[in-house]
Amino acid sequence: MSKILQLIWLVPLFPLIGFLINGLGRKSMSKSLIGIVGSGMILASFVVSALIFIEVRKSGVPTVNTLFDFISYDKIHIPFSFLIDQLSSLFLLIITGVGFLIHVYSTSYMHEEPSEHFGRYFAYLNLFVFSMLLLVMGGNYLIMFIGWEGVGLCSYLLIGFWFKNNDYNYAANKAFIMNRIGDLAFLIALFWMISKTGSLTFSDVFQKAGTLSKADLTIITLLLFVGATGKSAQIPLYTWLPDAMAGPTPVSALIHAATMVTAGIYMIARSNLLYTMAPATQSVVAIIGLATAILAASIALKQNDIKKVLAYSTVSQLGYMFLGLGVGAYTGAVFHVMTHAFFKACLFLGAGSVIHAMHSEQDIRFMGGIKKYMPVTHVTFLLACLAIAGIPPFSGFFSKDEILVAAYEVNPLYFYVGVAGALMTAFYMFRLYAMTFQGKFRGTPEQEYHLHESPAAITFPLIVLAVLSVIGGLVGIPELFMKNGHSLGEFLAPIFAKSQQLHPAHQMDHSTEWMLLAVSIIIAVIGVVWGYARYSKIADIKDATGLGKVLENKWYVDEIYDAIIVKPIRALAMFFNKIFEKYVVDGIVNGVGRSIQYGSRQIRLLQSGQVGNYILLMVFGILVFFVIEFFLKKK
Amino acid sequence: MPINYYIFVSIALFCIGIAGVLTRRNSIIIFMCIELMLNAVNLLLVAFSKMHHLAYLGNPASVPSNGTDGQLFVFFIMVVAAAEVSVGLAIIVMLYRNTHSVDVNFLNRLKN
Repeated sequence: MSKILQLIWLVPLFPLIGFLINGLGRKSMSKSLIGIVGSGMILASFVVSALIFIEVRKSGVPTVNTLFDFISYDKIHIPFSFLIDQLSSLFLLIITGVGFLIHVYSTSYMHEEPSEHFGRYFAYLNLFVFSMLLLVMGGNYLIMFIGWEGVGLCSYLLIGFWFKNNDYNYAANKAFIMNRIGDLAFLIALFWMISKTGSLTFSDVFQKAGTLSKADLTIITLLLFVGATGKSAQIPLYTWLPDAMAGPTPVSALIHAATMVTAGIYMIARSNLLYTMAPATQSVVAIIGLATAILAASIALKQNDIKKVLAYSTVSQLGYMFLGLGVGAYTGAVFHVMTHAFFKACLFLGAGSVIHAMHSEQDIRFMGGIKKYMPVTHVTFLLACLAIAGIPPFSGFFSKDEILVAAYEVNPLYFYVGVAGALMTAFYMFRLYAMTFQGKFRGTPEQEYHLHESPAAITFPLIVLAVLSVIGGLVGIPELFMKNGHSLGEFLAPIFAKSQQLHPAHQMDHSTEWMLLAVSIIIAVIGVVWGYARYSKIADIKDATGLGKVLENKWYVDEIYDAIIVKPIRALAMFFNKIFEKYVVDGIVNGVGRSIQYGSRQIRLLQSGQVGNYILLMVFGILVFFVIEFFLKKK
Repeated sequence: MPINYYIFVSIALFCIGIAGVLTRRNSIIIFMCIELMLNAVNLLLVAFSKMHHLAYLGNPASVPSNGTDGQLFVFFIMVVAAAEVSVGLAIIVMLYRNTHSVDVNFLNRLKN
């Protein structure tokens, strides 16, 4: 074993140290120092991750690094261990790499914050990365769960970063509560797993998976999936993600690209064997993923907030990833996580750059024509848009197509619906692009006067991410184009080997595959051209009517949830508060006191001061004892 | 004479005493009834003492008894009763001085 694999604990340690330094020293440290510590720690992690990645690529052997015995009770041993293999090392690279760029970006984006809040921000950011690393590196489900909870907490802290605004606090609460619902299911799944297999360590669980009954497997995987729907924003728990836009823009980028939402994908990819053995769950995953992809894409068509569009596009893309997981295209899903991390981070950071230049204006109806003021942001944003729209040879094309082709193999209907989603994706992304960067400026002259390109700390991550979104797909070229072109697939093959054995992917004939590729490319191009043509010249936007209004209001899902879940629970709470507590709980408590008072008032009358009465009572008492002694006592 | 007779007499005396204490209001009569109860007990003690002594004489293997243990108690009780009478009568005298009555129903100051 190589030396570097002994040092894998350094990866999460750096962000933790950064968190402690920035968190404790936020009042006394200067902004530049905070920025250097915050970004530097992530950079250090990234360097170690890269070394680990290279080592794993060379040796290909999974490494388990046990730090100490975490929980030991009876026959259950849960060590605090890290697992480094192909999957986790890839995620490490994505998290620390994209995370680092976002940190660098934040040093400029958040520069107007007071020093103390600046430090708090970076502390949270580091903690976020730390939790995510823990999640990804955990050698068993429990460590994963710790990270799982950690990212939930950090997302709460960061979404509600500007805590003076109550709406933001509500958004933070929403994210936290929605996540908690999923976490509960995750936790139940863990207990179920312990009771059935006696272990939470990945290798043990997978080894014993064959001995589990079909029902157990299905329940465990379903519960884990419910956990994933919370963390990765799928139906029915997706509504927190768009509201999470309340946080600073780099945080959105971090949540959407590098951390948090990919946790669910990672968890299912990690447990791929369990899912492959539970086909019922797989169909649920695929259908939920597809439904989310379509629903979120349709909502994104009519959103006017630049960040909201991106948020729904994330939900939609996550839906595609789950579709990939559901149809057994684990490599495709992980591949899409990677490319999505690049282009979505680029889009969010680009959006942040625009918002920064527009002085916190987020409504694309008041933007337009920004391309001549912000050339770098414009070009990088365009490249990322092309990537997400699935135009070859940009990265999104390869990953999305891999998923869609795999979906076609399982069920052609998945493919057609998925392609419809892809059409919407291309359309809304280019609607967003056209309304933001093309046409005439629709904001105030004041805003126009101040428009300028962002500083280097903002443009540098944009450029890096744009380059990655362009070339990122080249690690996964389908067999069709190039023999052995799918180097990512080969790299990840050992992780999914057992699943592949259970369900070997049958080779499609090439003509079908060409046809599928052609369809999705044509659809994507149509979407791009249509969206661009329709919105690039637009002067101002009329209020949406009919279906458009429904979409603008997000299918009224929030309202429906409000009506069927929030309101009844509130009513119940009110009932308990106003009626149950007042009359039942208080009634019992006060009743006890009152009855004792009444009783004692009655008993007090016995103390009459009449000596005769006392003696009479005494005689009665003695008589009672006599009766007990002579007649009732068992001999 | 069988021991039962003594016991019945003693019970009768004791019950008369209790009934007197409970029903009468004159504190001197109550006092006398208390004495009556004490004497009922004395009678029992003497009777049982005698009984045990006779039983021992009839069967030397049983618990030895010279018939004086019970009588010893009786003397104690008599002494204590005499002391009690002196205190009690003094109380009654004080009661009479304060209330011009020996009715115990006036003695309900312990209430509250």
